[in-house]
Formats: sequence, structure tokens, C-alpha cells
Amino acid sequence: MPEQSSDFDVCHAVISRRSFLIVSGTVGGGLLLTASFPIVGKSAAGADAAEHQLTLYTRVAASGAVTILAPNPEVGQGAKTSLPMVFAEEFGVVWKDVVIEMADYLGGKMGSQVSGGSMSTPTSWMPLRKAGAAARQMMINAAAVSWKVPAAECSAADGMVTHAASNRTLKYGELAAKAAMLPVPDPNTVTLKDESRFSIIGTSIIDPDKARIVTGAQQFGIDVKVPGMKYAVFQKGPVFDAQVGRANVEDLKSMPGVSHVLILQGAPRVLEAPPDKPGVGIDDGLRGGVAIVADTWWRAQRARKRLEVEWTETPHSQDSTAGFDAQADALFAEEPTGKVRIDGDADEALKRAAKVIRARYAYPFISHSPMEPQNCIASYVDGKVELWAPTQNPGSGRNGIAKALGLPVENITIHMIRCGGGFGRRLAVDYMIEAAVISREIGAPVKVLWTREDDLQHDFYRPAGYHNLAAGLDASGKLTAWHDHFVGFARNENFARSAVPGAEVFPAGFVPNYSLKTSQIKFNMPIGPLRAPGDNAHAYVLQSFIDECAEAAGQDPIDFQIQLLRHPLPGEGTGKGGGAYGPGFMPERMIVVLERVRHMSGWASRGSLPPRTGMGVACYWSHMGYAAQVHQVRVENDGSVIPQKIWIATDVGKHIINPTNAEHQIQGALIDGLSAALWQEITLNKGRVVQNNFNDYRLLRNVNIPSIEQAFVKSEHAPTGLGEPAYPSVAPALCNAIFAACGRRVRKLPVHATNLKT
Amino acid sequence: MIFNIRINGAVHSVDTEEDTPLLWVLRDILGMTGTKFGCGMAMCGACTVQADGSPIRSCVLAIKDVGNAEITTIEGIGASELGKKVQQAWLALDVPQCGYCQGGQILAATALLANSPAPTDADIDAAMAGNICRCGTYTRIRAAIKQVSASLKS
Repeated sequence: MPEQSSDFDVCHAVISRRSFLIVSGTVGGGLLLTASFPIVGKSAAGADAAEHQLTLYTRVAASGAVTILAPNPEVGQGAKTSLPMVFAEEFGVVWKDVVIEMADYLGGKMGSQVSGGSMSTPTSWMPLRKAGAAARQMMINAAAVSWKVPAAECSAADGMVTHAASNRTLKYGELAAKAAMLPVPDPNTVTLKDESRFSIIGTSIIDPDKARIVTGAQQFGIDVKVPGMKYAVFQKGPVFDAQVGRANVEDLKSMPGVSHVLILQGAPRVLEAPPDKPGVGIDDGLRGGVAIVADTWWRAQRARKRLEVEWTETPHSQDSTAGFDAQADALFAEEPTGKVRIDGDADEALKRAAKVIRARYAYPFISHSPMEPQNCIASYVDGKVELWAPTQNPGSGRNGIAKALGLPVENITIHMIRCGGGFGRRLAVDYMIEAAVISREIGAPVKVLWTREDDLQHDFYRPAGYHNLAAGLDASGKLTAWHDHFVGFARNENFARSAVPGAEVFPAGFVPNYSLKTSQIKFNMPIGPLRAPGDNAHAYVLQSFIDECAEAAGQDPIDFQIQLLRHPLPGEGTGKGGGAYGPGFMPERMIVVLERVRHMSGWASRGSLPPRTGMGVACYWSHMGYAAQVHQVRVENDGSVIPQKIWIATDVGKHIINPTNAEHQIQGALIDGLSAALWQEITLNKGRVVQNNFNDYRLLRNVNIPSIEQAFVKSEHAPTGLGEPAYPSVAPALCNAIFAACGRRVRKLPVHATNLKT
Repeated sequence: MIFNIRINGAVHSVDTEEDTPLLWVLRDILGMTGTKFGCGMAMCGACTVQADGSPIRSCVLAIKDVGNAEITTIEGIGASELGKKVQQAWLALDVPQCGYCQGGQILAATALLANSPAPTDADIDAAMAGNICRCGTYTRIRAAIKQVSASLKS
């Protein structure tokens, strides 16, 4: 059985929409601290826009051990460690005394418990600090009472309160029982630690799971086993929304080990993106298909090889990538039907421009493909469902299962199990609903496990898109006009989530005559957030085209971009476009990372690189982080691209909470972005995904990895997340380097070697 | 059919169809879940185990073809001095992100170092080419292999 956190008797106090602390004693003289804070704003992943409470549960045992319940799912991004580190820092304990336990999903009491959108850090930073500081004050108060001295004369550090005047000390463990009896300080007025004295934040802490990972003992979702469990495969319709017409169910029932073969009617929009909120949410639910249940997974999969299904036709059974491309060409010849932002008069300014640059860009659908294929264990008993799920989004899982099965949400329990990667895929909950439905149908616990082919062909893809761009330069080479006709994918008149560039996306706000207009291609593919949603595609287009403009202006691309950044339109470039968790785009922070990466990369001497070798630059603001990177590549005569080196400078605020994780996130984002730009695309033929497995959907391997040099610029801003910011600028920096190396622009992803041959 | 196979120094008796891949014998029949399923067609290396010291993809090795080979999995690799060193280096350098592929990476790396205690970068590229890390920990994987290599010299 997986790790349980049942020894936490989670407090069931009425939660009001304000900050509070609750303490209670525990058996054996310990203290249980419940600290709760409101988080106002939109949750990551757009799961729901509401006010959340972030509640932290911490237990201090008489032995001095401090157990902290980690709120957010662990997908490899390090939230399981980094969030408790912030609390422990303020509390004033020694890290070796800290034990981290993964929380179950607590139905909103512990915040949204979503790991996504690089939001774990910015949403939790100040609440966790206040909670830790309040807990420290409680220990000080308890010691002061014991010693009958003023609390102000006492200090706390390293799990111990000291009264310097009398040279007395008491350990937190010794104080826990007393602290539990005293009044609780107001977490909003407690004194936070002097940040220059941080001793845990800023040190590399290795997640204790890693010791189990290197011995094979760590449990992932796929590894969980519960008593009486059966195994299932689920053949979904190759076209989204297709249902089973006919299947040879009876033929399979006699296969070894097979106990059930079930045709399931799909309800693929149990959680439907609201029609009045374009771009929000994920169309998520149960797809139609055939479930084969057996006593081992292999026997279920073995039987599946004999499965024959006739699927129903849908309006999108003939969709194809070639058809989409042709529609985009046709739409570019017509007037756009929508607009995102208009400043000045771009058409008129283009007519007056000294030089006009035109280019069309396109990027494909791509898949998340985490290493651990989708899986979930569900046990349905008498109207209650217990799940063991590798998920980034347990709250959505609970809602989806409740709707699909017609159950109240409180009947659904979700244990969050470490995920073998997420990248946004596990924000969708289709696989959790599958497991719950199959368990109900067979009356037994079941592990549903997808194959790699299932995973690749039934993803919630990053949406493809097309841009027809025109830019105008004046005689001095200044950018005076920018026009972007964007063609993207839409259903029910609404663009797919994160498909359309936002009105605040640079260079909007920095070009006097700017126009971003749109047209739609109707489609029916499932779409979901993938690392740096929106930005992961738009950055490629915008930063590549800015590089084209710099070239046309005869200017150094870094100088050209900095000149743009220095001259926002009135009212722009001052943090506009921010949200509840932080300010919007601040161009001065981008200029700093650009200058840093210029220096790091030896940009000035790039003219002396060997033939067919070049450097390119790109920068992007994503999820409140600022990243600028320079790539050096060699383009072989056959057109193959060899990434040689990447330099990257990133500003995610004044603290890097856990440097080992931070470096991981930067390197991971760079390699992820390179795989996508060089090789990855999901294409459709007859409404079906063409790609099957890692042979035709490729990921970088050891031999492909360039050397990476990275730096963090520590600005005076609260720390923000790192899962996404380094990703968007990868593709344009790579493509701009390819241009520098061989003189050819990459205007369509992935990079095609045939276009780069000598 | 009944098969007797040797895993981590012990003989296990397994009753299953002869085409059952070793991966699923390990995971679902013997409950040894450290070996992971990634692609099912020897493309990703998550299922890597050693057969008589050589790295193989257990997702495509049918149990009927295992024969008398001594199979070593991530649960057993630490029994050898070298395997232990590799695990320790992996932890000291905090190699894993999500960690899902790392058992396979460790088995491939240990096999490399057993045959070639001082591998060049090209040796590492060749030996590790079958193992994908979706999180992108390759830089640290290389560093960990080199750290073990350096410790073998001293």
C-alpha cells in the first residue's frame, strides 16, 4: 500500500475566508499546527477561478521531529521539498529534523493542491513564511511563559528557544505541549525572519524520495497495488468523440486471465470548458471505448491484440494536418474575423515604412509524453471511490469522477502518488475517470494502465497555430509597425485554450502601430496546457520574427531588442498585465537578463565561429519569470542541426529556494524545448493521430545534449516558479542560431533538415 | 507454463504464457516494480535490466528466452560494489527529477562502468543512447558516471 498520512488527524474546524491558526495537542506531548491563509485569484491550470485557502499542517513531536504535510503533487519539479523548506526556514528548525509527508487531496482545505503553471512557489511563498513565523513565535511564547521572562528577550533558531540573559535553552519538542495550550499569534502581524539570515532557503536540499528512486523502492502511481486489484487496458476511439459501433467482445472473454470485456459509452466532456469563457478549462471526461480486464496487465494487453472494433463516424473523422494547412492558407487570403489588440494604424504605417518584412510561421500540435504512461487505481465500493493517482490536479479529478458517476464529491478520496513526469498532461483527469468507471462496472479495484501508443494518441495536445506577419521599419531601422494575422483552432466559436496570443504579449505595447487579428479553423482535438501554455508556441514566432526585423534593420539582435524594450508606449512596460500573484511584464528585468547572457556567451566575438556555426538569441517573459538565452549550433551539410552550447540567464526573483531543483528545472526546460523544436509534431490523418511511439515522436538522448551554462539574476522581487520560464525562448534562440549558421530561416516547426541542406 | 528464472541471485518459479515479457513478470507477478514500463518496444530504456551483466530491455524479452541468464534489476544492483557506487553517485549529484527512468539509467551506467571503468564521452553517448530521460537530466547522468569512474581510479 502507498504511503498514508492518516496519522494526521486533519482539523475539521469551520474554515472562514481569512487567515487563522489552530493548535492542538497530540498524543505523546506534541503539537499539531494548522495554519490557514486565503489565496485570492485564479488557480493554475484554470481549474477554477475562486478564492482558495492554503492550509498547512505541521506536527511537532516531543522528540523535536517536525513533520510537514506537503500540499502539492510531486511530478519531479520539487514542490514536495521546496514548499516545506519555506515553512521550516521561518519556523527555525534544523532541516535534518524535518520529515515531509505527501498530503492526500483535502477537498479545498489545503488550497487547490494543483502543481501547474509554475504557481506552487508564488502562491505559497508568503503564506508559508507567515505560518512558519507564527509557529516560531508560539515556541518563543511557550518558553517565555516557562521561564517567566518577556517573550521579547527570547530568540529561536535551530529548533530551540534561547533566553540569552540567563543562558537557558528549551527545545521545540519540549515546548510543543505547552505551546499547544497558549493563545495563537496573528500570522499577519508576526515578525518575519531577516532574509539575509536564511539558512535553509538557498541551500540545495535533496528530496528524500530520491534515495528510494536510486534503489527502485520509490512508489510511482503505476507501482501501487491494492488487495483484490485487477488490471485493465482501455482501447479508446481513434477519433475524439467516436463511440464503439461494434466490437468482438465475446471472442476476447476466453483469452487467458481475462475476466471482463466492457464497451463503455463515452462522455468526453464531463468537465467541459464553459462556452462563455473561451480558452478556460479542459474538455475532459471519459472517451468511448472497450475495456479489457484481466488478472495481470500483460494478459489484458495480450487479449487487446485480438480486439476488433468498428467506430462510429464523427464530423471530424476526415480531419487532417494537410487539410488544416490548406485552410490556414485560405484564411490568410481573407479578412481576419476577430481582433485581439489594435494600436495606431498598422496598415497605414506599413505603407509608409522604409522597409517592410513579411513572413509566415507555423507550429504543430505536440504531446506531453511523460515517461510514466497514464495510469490510475480506483476502488469503487457502495457509492464511494478511493483512488491512487499520479495527478497534478486532484481537485479536478474529484469533480470529474463525481460528475461522471453521479456521486457527491465527498464520497471520493484521492491519494496523490509521485508522478513519473507531468508537463501539464496530468492536469487532465480522463484516466482517473476511466479507472473509477471500470471499477464500478466490475465491482473490484482496478489498475488502468495505458500503453505508450494510448498516451501519445489520446493526449490533450498543445494547440498548433499559424501566423502571417508583417513589420515596418523606418529609415533609422526603428520598428514602427507590426501586424499579425493569427489562424488558430477553435470549437464552438471559441479558440482552444492558450491558442491565441494575449493582448499584452511583447512586442505589443512597444510598437506604436500594432495589430493582432485572428481567424479560426474548426477542429475537435482535445487540448490542454503543456509547459508554459501559449508562450511555448508564441515565443517561437514572435522572437524569430523580431530577429528577422533586427536583420532587416542591420542591427545586432540583442541591441535591437533592448532598444524596443527601452521604449514602451505611454502606460506600458510598468508591470501592466499582472495578476493576483505578482506584477506584469517589467522590461528592465528583461534587459538585465539579456545583457547577462550577452556577456556569458561571448556574443560579441560570435563572428569568429567556424563555418556553418552560429549563435542566436531569444528572450521571453513567462509565468512571471524572465529568461534570455543564446544558442550555438552547427548545421551540417545534410541539414542536420547539432546544438553545441546554450547560455541562459533567468530572473525569478530574489531567492532561489532550492538551487539543485532550480538548476534541474532550467536544464529540463531547455532540453524539453529542444526536443520539441527539433523533432516533435503530432499530425492527423483521417481524424487519427499518426504518431505511435518514441520511434516517430522523438525525445533528445544523451548524445544530443549541448553543454549548458546558466545563471540566475537575483532581482528585488518575490520568488516565482521555475517549471516554465526557460522553455518558451528555446525554439526561437535555436532557430535564430540556425539562421546565423546557414542563412536559412526556420518558419515552420519542427526543424526540417531538408530545408537546411547546402 | 512454468519457468524458473534467476533474479538478483535467487531462483523464482513463474507460471505464465511463454510470450510474457520479463518486464511484466517482474512487475505484476513477482511484485518487483522498480523496473518501469515506458514504451513497450525497446525505444526508451525505462525497463532496462541486466542479463549476465549486459543491459537489455525487459519489455521485449519473452520469459521463454530468459533461460539461465542471471537477471539483475534496480532492486539488486546495489549488491555489487560498483552498483552501490553508482547509486550513491546518483544520489550525491541529485540526478533524478521525476525519477521514473533512473532505474534503467543506473543499470545501463553500471554495465558501462563494469566493462569500461574510464569511459570517454563517446563511450557514454553510445552506452546510454537507449535510455531516454524525459525530464532532461542527461548532464547530471554524465557527471555521475564520471564521478564513479574517478572513484574507481583512486
